[in-house]
Amino acid sequence: MPSPLPARLRRALTRRRVVAASAVTVLLAGAVVWAAWPEQQDFRTESRVLTVLSGPTGDESVALDTTFYLPDGASAGRKVPAVLLAHGFGGSKESVRSDAEDLAGLGYAVLAYTARGFGRSGGQIHLDDPDHEVKDAQRLLDWLAARPEVRTDGAGDPRVGVVGGSYGGALALLLAAQDQRVDAIVPMITWHDLAGALLPESSGRPPVDGVFKKGWAGIFFGNGGSAGSGPAGLAGVTGNQEGAPASAGPPSPAPGTGPGTGPGGGPAAAVDPSCGRFAADVCAAYLRIATTGRADAEAVARLQRSSPAGVLDRIKAPTLLVQGTADTLFPLAEADANARGIAANGTPVRVAWYTGGHDGGEGPRTDSDRLKFLTAQWLDHYVRGAGDPPERSFTWSRTTGFDALDRGLVATGYRVTDYPGTGGTARSSVEVTGPVQSIANPPNGNPAAISSVPFAGALSSFLSGVAGDLPGQHARFESAPLPAAVDVVGSPTVRIRAASPTGEAVLFVKLYDVNPEGAATLSDGLVAPVRLTGLPTDVTAAQPVTVTLPAIVRRIEAGHRLRIVVATSDQGYATPAEPTVYTVAPGGGPVTLPTVAGEPIATAAAVWRWVLVGLLVAIVLGLVVVVAVLRRRHRRHDTSVHPEYAGTPLAVRNLRKEYADGFVAVSNVDFEVHPGQVVGLLGPNGAGKTTTLRVLMGLTQPTAGEIYVFGHRLVPGSPVLSRIGALVEGPGFLPHLSGLENLKAYWRATGRPEADAHFEQALEIAGLGASVHRRTKNYSHGMRQRLAIAQAMLGLPELLVLDEPTDGLDPPQIAEMRRVLQRYATDGRAVLVSSHLLAEVEQTCTHAVVVNKGRIVASGPVEEIVGESPSVLFDVADPAAARAVLDRLAGVRVLPDGDGGLVVDTNGTARSEVVAELVRAGVGVDRVVPRRRLEDAFLALVGENSRGSGDR
Amino acid sequence: MSGSLQSAERPGGTSAAGAASGYRPSATLPFLAEFRRQASRRRTQLALGFMVLLPLIILISFQFDTGDDDDNGRGEFASLIDLATSGGLNFTLFSIFVSASFLLVVVVALFCGDTVASEASWGSLRYLLAIPVPRARLLAVKLLVALTYSALALLLLAGTALLAGTLRYGWSPLRSTVAAQIPAGEGLLRLLAVLGYLAVVLLVVAGLAFLLSVTTDAALGAVGGAVLLWILSSILDQITALGALRAFLPTHYANAWLGLLSTPVQTDDVVRGCISAICYATLFWGLAFWRFTRKDVTS
Repeated sequence: MPSPLPARLRRALTRRRVVAASAVTVLLAGAVVWAAWPEQQDFRTESRVLTVLSGPTGDESVALDTTFYLPDGASAGRKVPAVLLAHGFGGSKESVRSDAEDLAGLGYAVLAYTARGFGRSGGQIHLDDPDHEVKDAQRLLDWLAARPEVRTDGAGDPRVGVVGGSYGGALALLLAAQDQRVDAIVPMITWHDLAGALLPESSGRPPVDGVFKKGWAGIFFGNGGSAGSGPAGLAGVTGNQEGAPASAGPPSPAPGTGPGTGPGGGPAAAVDPSCGRFAADVCAAYLRIATTGRADAEAVARLQRSSPAGVLDRIKAPTLLVQGTADTLFPLAEADANARGIAANGTPVRVAWYTGGHDGGEGPRTDSDRLKFLTAQWLDHYVRGAGDPPERSFTWSRTTGFDALDRGLVATGYRVTDYPGTGGTARSSVEVTGPVQSIANPPNGNPAAISSVPFAGALSSFLSGVAGDLPGQHARFESAPLPAAVDVVGSPTVRIRAASPTGEAVLFVKLYDVNPEGAATLSDGLVAPVRLTGLPTDVTAAQPVTVTLPAIVRRIEAGHRLRIVVATSDQGYATPAEPTVYTVAPGGGPVTLPTVAGEPIATAAAVWRWVLVGLLVAIVLGLVVVVAVLRRRHRRHDTSVHPEYAGTPLAVRNLRKEYADGFVAVSNVDFEVHPGQVVGLLGPNGAGKTTTLRVLMGLTQPTAGEIYVFGHRLVPGSPVLSRIGALVEGPGFLPHLSGLENLKAYWRATGRPEADAHFEQALEIAGLGASVHRRTKNYSHGMRQRLAIAQAMLGLPELLVLDEPTDGLDPPQIAEMRRVLQRYATDGRAVLVSSHLLAEVEQTCTHAVVVNKGRIVASGPVEEIVGESPSVLFDVADPAAARAVLDRLAGVRVLPDGDGGLVVDTNGTARSEVVAELVRAGVGVDRVVPRRRLEDAFLALVGENSRGSGDR
Repeated sequence: MSGSLQSAERPGGTSAAGAASGYRPSATLPFLAEFRRQASRRRTQLALGFMVLLPLIILISFQFDTGDDDDNGRGEFASLIDLATSGGLNFTLFSIFVSASFLLVVVVALFCGDTVASEASWGSLRYLLAIPVPRARLLAVKLLVALTYSALALLLLAGTALLAGTLRYGWSPLRSTVAAQIPAGEGLLRLLAVLGYLAVVLLVVAGLAFLLSVTTDAALGAVGGAVLLWILSSILDQITALGALRAFLPTHYANAWLGLLSTPVQTDDVVRGCISAICYATLFWGLAFWRFTRKDVTS
C-alpha cells in the first residue's frame, strides 16, 4: 500500500523529531500568547452624567460627565476606599483613564470626571473657584458617600483621596482646604499662587508688579488643547477631549477659541466669542492683563481666589506634593510654597520632584515608576489605612543623559531624609565677574530671546544651542572654571545692579552652565524675570538687587563655568514696549548654589545585576556539574579487557546499524581480524562495508553489537582507537597545507610525541617525492590517496583499516601497495581492507569477509574460499557439444552459470587435457580463462545483480 | 613507493584503556595545534588583515574631507562622523560604531561558523575523531580558538584604530553626543568597556554560528545562516508592534554600549544585554555540544 507521505518526508519524521519539534512549537506559541495576551481587566466602569447643585448659593445645577471605576469584588459587603481623580486644564475624564485604571487595579473605587466647562460637562470655567469647581467636587464626594460600595468614615463622609495634576492638582488642594472629608491628596505639578505663577517676579515683589508670562497664559486661557501633562501619566492631560470641537486645534494664543457650547447648557448658553467657556469674571481679568501686560489688583485678587495659597492653613489631609523640574509654567517654587504652608499646620507632607513637568512631560520611566509607587504608598496608608506610614523623605531626580537605545532621557533618582526646601542643605558660592554692560530693550519686545517654548517637551532644555540671547540685548557675567563639580538642588541666588533712564527695568536673569568648549545650557529653560523700579540712571549709584533664580536640579561639572545672563527680552513674557537702554553690572557677592547631598535610589534595574551574577554562577555550577558527571561516567566506563579477544586486533560481534530514518545498513556483521592477517572486507557497493568501518572508527554509534580492539570495547572516542590507523571514505586533508604539513598537523592533533610518528617511513610509502611540499588541493586523486594511506600508517598502528585503498592508484602502485600491506601485517599488526574489487582482495589478503545486504555471507582464509582447484571459463564454438564432451570426463563438472561460455570445475584434471579432449571431439576453443572460486562464491553469494541493496 | 617496514619498531606499551603509547585524551588537539591549523588558513589571515586595514581605510577617507561644511545628514551617525576626527579615542569609537552592526558579526560568524563545518567538508573531521580526539574536547578547543580569533579581530580593529587615530588626531578626551566629554584616561577605560560589551553581545553570533557549524557540512551555510538570523532579529527588533517580545530578541540590546559613553554610565541595558547574550550563547553552545557528542559523523 503506498504511503500517503513521500518517503523522504516520512523518514525525516521520526518520532523523536516530531516530539521535539512539537515541544518547541508549543513553547514558542505559549510565549507569544503570553506576551500578547491582553491584560485582564479587574474592574468595571459606569459612565453617567451627574447633575449637581453648585455655585455660590448652591442652586446652580451643572451636569458633570463622570466615569466610575469599581474594582472587582467591591460591594456593599466589601466596601473599598475611593479616589476622586481630577484632570488637567483642557483635558477630560478620558485623559486620566489610564491612571484611573491603575488606581482601580490597586483596589480603589475611582471617580474620574470632566470638570465644568470642559468636554461634555456643562457650566463655565471658573478656574477651580471655591464656589464652583470646588463645590462641584464636594457634591461628587456626597455622591461617593452614597455609593454602597464605598467605605465611609461616617454618614455622608466617604473614605476618599483626591489625585490630580496641574488644574486637577489645584482642585485637590482647594477641595482639601474646603472639605475636611478628604482623607489624603496627591496634587501634582500645580500652582501655589496662580497670580504669582502667571505674573512672576524674582526679586520679591508681589504679583501685581509681576512680569506677565504671556506665552503660557495664552495657552492656558486659550484652552488650546492640553495644558500640561501630569507626571507619570497620573492625572495626565493629553488631548483626547470628547465633544470639544475646538480642542483638537493647535495651541492658540488668544482666548475665545474654546468650545462655545457645552451640552450641559446652563449659563453658557449665550456664547461670548472672546471668552468661550470661560466665566465672565475670569475672562475679563485675563483680557485686562493680556492687553497691558500688567496686572491690576482686581485681576490678581481673582486669580488668588483660585489659588491654594490663601487656604493652606485649612488643609488637614496628608499631602503628597509632586512637582516637575522641567516646568516653566509652575516651577518647583510653587510646590515648595505649598509644602511649607501645609506643613505649618502639622499636616503630613511629602515632596517629590521629577524630571518632567509642563515642559518635560512624564519624564523617564524610572521617574514615573517612582511617582506611581509614592502615590500608591501614600493612598494605601492615608486612605485605605494599610501599610506603615510612608517616610517623609524627599526624593528627586536629575537628568543624566540620553538613553542609548530609545534616545529618551535618563534620570537618576536621589533621596534625602528631610525635605530641605529650595534653599538646599548646603550652599556653595561662585564668584562671577564681568564689566558693566549696556543692553537695549527692543521696542515691543521684538525680537526677543527664546529661553523655552511651551510644550516643546524635553527639547526645551536643549534649546539654548538653537536660539538664545540676542546680541546687544543681554549682559554676561562669568565665573572661573569650577574646581569641583557642584550638584545644584534648589534656587540659586545672584546679585545684580541695574540702571535705567526711565527708572524702571524689566530684566530676565538666567544661569547658564558653560562647558569647556563654550556651549552654554540653560537648565530646563528656566528664567527669573524681575521688574526693578526706582533705578538710578547711573549704574554706579544702583543698589544691588538679590534675584532668586528658579529652582533647578543640575550637576555642574568640574571645569565648567557659570554664566549669569541679564537679558532685556524673552519670548515667553510681556516686556515694556518702549525701547530703552539699561546698564547692568554684577551686584557684588557670589552666586550661591544650594546643594543637597542625597543618596542615589536603587532602581529595579539593580535587580538585573544580581540576575546576571546569578546567571554566571549558575552557568559555572552547571558546567562543573556536567564535567563532574561526565568524569564519573567516564571513570565508571568499563576499561576491562575481554579476555577472549585480548590478543585480537579486531573482533566485531553481531554489529547492527539502523539509521534514524529506519534504513538498516548493517543487520548482522560478525568477524575477527587476527595478528598477521590482511583481511579483505568484500562486498558490492552498498553492502554495508563503509558503515561497518564508520562504526569501527567511532564516527557512528552502532544500534546493537560490540566491537573489541585488543579486547577493549570500542565506542566513539575510545582511547583504543589510537591503536587504529584508518582511511575511510577517501582522504581528508586541509587543502591549503602541503602534504607534509598535513601529516605534521595531523600528528600534532594526536598530542603524541613526534618521534612516534615515523614520518620518514610514512612518506616513503606515500612516495610523493618533492610533491610532498605542494599544497594538497593541487594533488591528483592518486596522490591524495597515497598521502592518506601514509597518514593512516603514522605511528605504525597495530590495526590498519583501509577503505578502497587502491582507488585512484595506477597498476604499478597497486602492486606496490599489495606488498606494503602484506609487509605491514607482521610483528603482531593486522590490516583490514575493504574493497569491491575481487582480484585485489584475492591477491592482497590472507583472509576475506564477504558481506552483502548488511550480512556476512562468507568468511575465512582466501584459499579456503577460493578452494584448491580453480574453475576455468571456456569460450567454445559449440557449447552444447562441448558440454557433452566435458560431461564424459571423470570429475569434470560444468557449473551452471557463465553466459556465452562454459564455466568448468576441472577438479584436478589438467587444463591442457581438457582442451585436448575438446579439440579431439572437434569443438573449437577460442579462449581459456582461469576463473577463481572466490568470484564464483562471490557471485553465488551476492547474486549477479546487486541492484536494490541500496547505498550503504 | 617502497616501504621498509621491517625495520620499524612496533610502538611500545599501551595504557590500561588500551591506548597507544603517548596517547592521552586530554592531550589531543592541543590549543596551539588548532590555533596553528586556523592561522594557516587564508580566510583567517584575510579577516584579521581586514581588521587592521579598515581603520586605515577610514583614516584615509577622512583625508579627502575638503573642509566644506557639507552636511552628513542628521542623527547620531552624523555627529559621530563629526566627532571622529577629534582624537584617537573618538576615531576608535567611530571605527567600532561602523563595524559593530555588520562587519564584526560577519567576522565572528566566520570564525565560529566555519571551524567545524569546514573540517567536515574537507573530510578531515573524521580523521580527528578517529585519532581519537574526544568529541567534547574537539568542540571545546575549536570553540576556544574561534573565540580567541574573534577577540583578536576585535582587538586588532580597536588597537589599529586607536594607534592610527592617535598618531593622526592626537590623544584627546572622548567626546560624544550623549554626554559631556570624558578625560582621555577614563575614555580609554570606557572604550575597553564598550569592547567588552560588544564581545559579550557577539557571543550570540558565536553561539549561533557554532551550532550551525556542527549541524551542517557547508561552512558557508553556517556562516551565512548565523548572519542571516542576526539580520532577521535586527529587522524584527525594528517592528515596535512586537512590544515586549522584542526584549527577547538577541539583537535588542546590541546598541546598549552607547550607554557606556554617557556620564554617569548607563549600565541597566548593558546588564540586560549581557544576560540576554549569555543566555542565548549558553543555549546555542549547549545545543551544539549536545548535538555533536551524539550525532553520527557521516561526512
